[in-house]
Amino acid sequence: MLLAPTIILVGVFVYWLIIENFRVSLTNQHTAKPSDDYVGFSNYTNLLADPNFQHSLWNLLILTVVFLAGTLVFGFLWAWMLDKPAKGEGFFRAVYLFPMSVSFIASGVVWRWLLSSLQTDQPGGERTTGLNRLLDSVGLGFMQNDWWSNPTWGIAAIAVPAIWQLSGYVMALFLAGFRGIPEELREAARIDGCSEWKLYRHVIFPQLNPVMLSAVIIIGHMSLKLFDLIRAIVPDANTYDVQVPATMMWVKYIGSDYADAAAIGMILLVLVALVVVPYLMYTSRAEKR
Amino acid sequence: MATSILDRSAKPAPLPAAIAPNPGRRRMNRTLKYALLLLFVIVVLIPAYVLFITSFKGTADADPSRAWFLPTAWETGGWSKAWTTLAPALGRTFALVIPAAVISATLGSINGYVLSKWRFPGANVVFTLILFGMFIPYQAVMIPLTQLMSDIGVPQGIPSLMVLHIVYGLPICTLIFRNYYESVPGELIEAARMDGAGILRTYASVIFPISAPGFVVVLIWQFTSAWNDYLFAAFFSSGRNGPVTIALSFLAGGQLTDYAASMAGALIASVPTLIVYILLGKYFVGGLMSGSVKG
Repeated sequence: MLLAPTIILVGVFVYWLIIENFRVSLTNQHTAKPSDDYVGFSNYTNLLADPNFQHSLWNLLILTVVFLAGTLVFGFLWAWMLDKPAKGEGFFRAVYLFPMSVSFIASGVVWRWLLSSLQTDQPGGERTTGLNRLLDSVGLGFMQNDWWSNPTWGIAAIAVPAIWQLSGYVMALFLAGFRGIPEELREAARIDGCSEWKLYRHVIFPQLNPVMLSAVIIIGHMSLKLFDLIRAIVPDANTYDVQVPATMMWVKYIGSDYADAAAIGMILLVLVALVVVPYLMYTSRAEKR
Repeated sequence: MATSILDRSAKPAPLPAAIAPNPGRRRMNRTLKYALLLLFVIVVLIPAYVLFITSFKGTADADPSRAWFLPTAWETGGWSKAWTTLAPALGRTFALVIPAAVISATLGSINGYVLSKWRFPGANVVFTLILFGMFIPYQAVMIPLTQLMSDIGVPQGIPSLMVLHIVYGLPICTLIFRNYYESVPGELIEAARMDGAGILRTYASVIFPISAPGFVVVLIWQFTSAWNDYLFAAFFSSGRNGPVTIALSFLAGGQLTDYAASMAGALIASVPTLIVYILLGKYFVGGLMSGSVKG
């Protein structure tokens, strides 16, 4: 059967490895020395009780909320402005979308510089660069910021480059959505005396729901997995301010704590599955209809 | 498939004047809209501007008060340092990404064809199970994966990464091709079947020749995502044998960064995907759209 290679490869590299990973997460293999002593779910309970890990979950929540909100707002706004016939539409679209083609590692290089935390009114402030320097020189000095060097909200600064990079993608999704709405529908509503707002509220938005759902799923699961960008902007993977499960897993792996690393991987998998599985089931059912 | 979605041509005529809002307000709205669009262009391009100017700065422009200005002297020291550091990794990345993209696209094409045109009981379940592989956080398989790769004896560096990009690229390639082949009329295949062609003959004589647009989308997608990958590279390679993302992260990492060199490096590392995006942007968008699953 022609599908056999793929079924075997995906079966082994996805499903079997997930099971195997789960097995490792139940052992006490916390050093490079192999160990098969099972300790039940204690790695999970220890992790969930660890303030460090709790903090990484909090960071993940903030990151995901800000990332989602930002990409949806800009993506929708851009698509909405470009939907009506506009001169130079292709140009705007191309510019808004281009960050998507660059790697997080490459964009991280410049964002690391842009988001440097030194501020002009601090000791040594004459060495200030990045966005803080720009804000100061255009008279918006009060908006200067610690960016990611803040234990509570620092992670939100990491969402800024993520939003920069993926808003164009959400725009493209929304544009496709807008163009899928038959013009007759709008005209009918207008002829019925619908105001512009009501037209959007009752005709356009409901039609965009599936697109919105796709965008939320895609951005949401990217955010849960985000790793490269944080590594590129913050040199030390162990930085508490911007710690998320994905970076903590890396730190545990480097420290040869394979059981904990595997457990973090499983927790991430559960989080992603909670988002993606209902969606996959929904789309596969929708297709059958 | 999705490549034509964004085309402006299918747009019907504008509203009749009677229901359109009054022209004065409309002109103002339009000016406002273009002002906003341009403002966003500037905001989006700020990082590109910084990359560009900083990559040409030498010691003469080290003063932070000049951080946002053009270089006083255009130095190329950063560029030559970045090039010497990255050149070997660039070669390795091409050697990795091109075969990986071609192989996963070929397999994906066959899968997509079987799943869309030779429906068998349970085809949808198999498809959904394959698709799930596209969404998993690779962290959830990474620990046993490192073990598995060393057990089956695939050397670290490019060989490992090639296997991984092929395997984990299969779900998206299958998805894109399946959606693409859904639009191929069933009669074409019926006709071939009547002539006694088997599943493979039909693929070779009917399906493959019309697959070029699908291949372009998939190849671009795989090329870009493998080129930009860092996660697998971090686990399966080192600065000596890794792809360009690893080399760049070493060049740019650490506490004391040579910003001219690392920004030049970021530009060098982005050139191939940017070229693909600029030349084949339409297909690039097609790949993006298919990431949203609905066929």
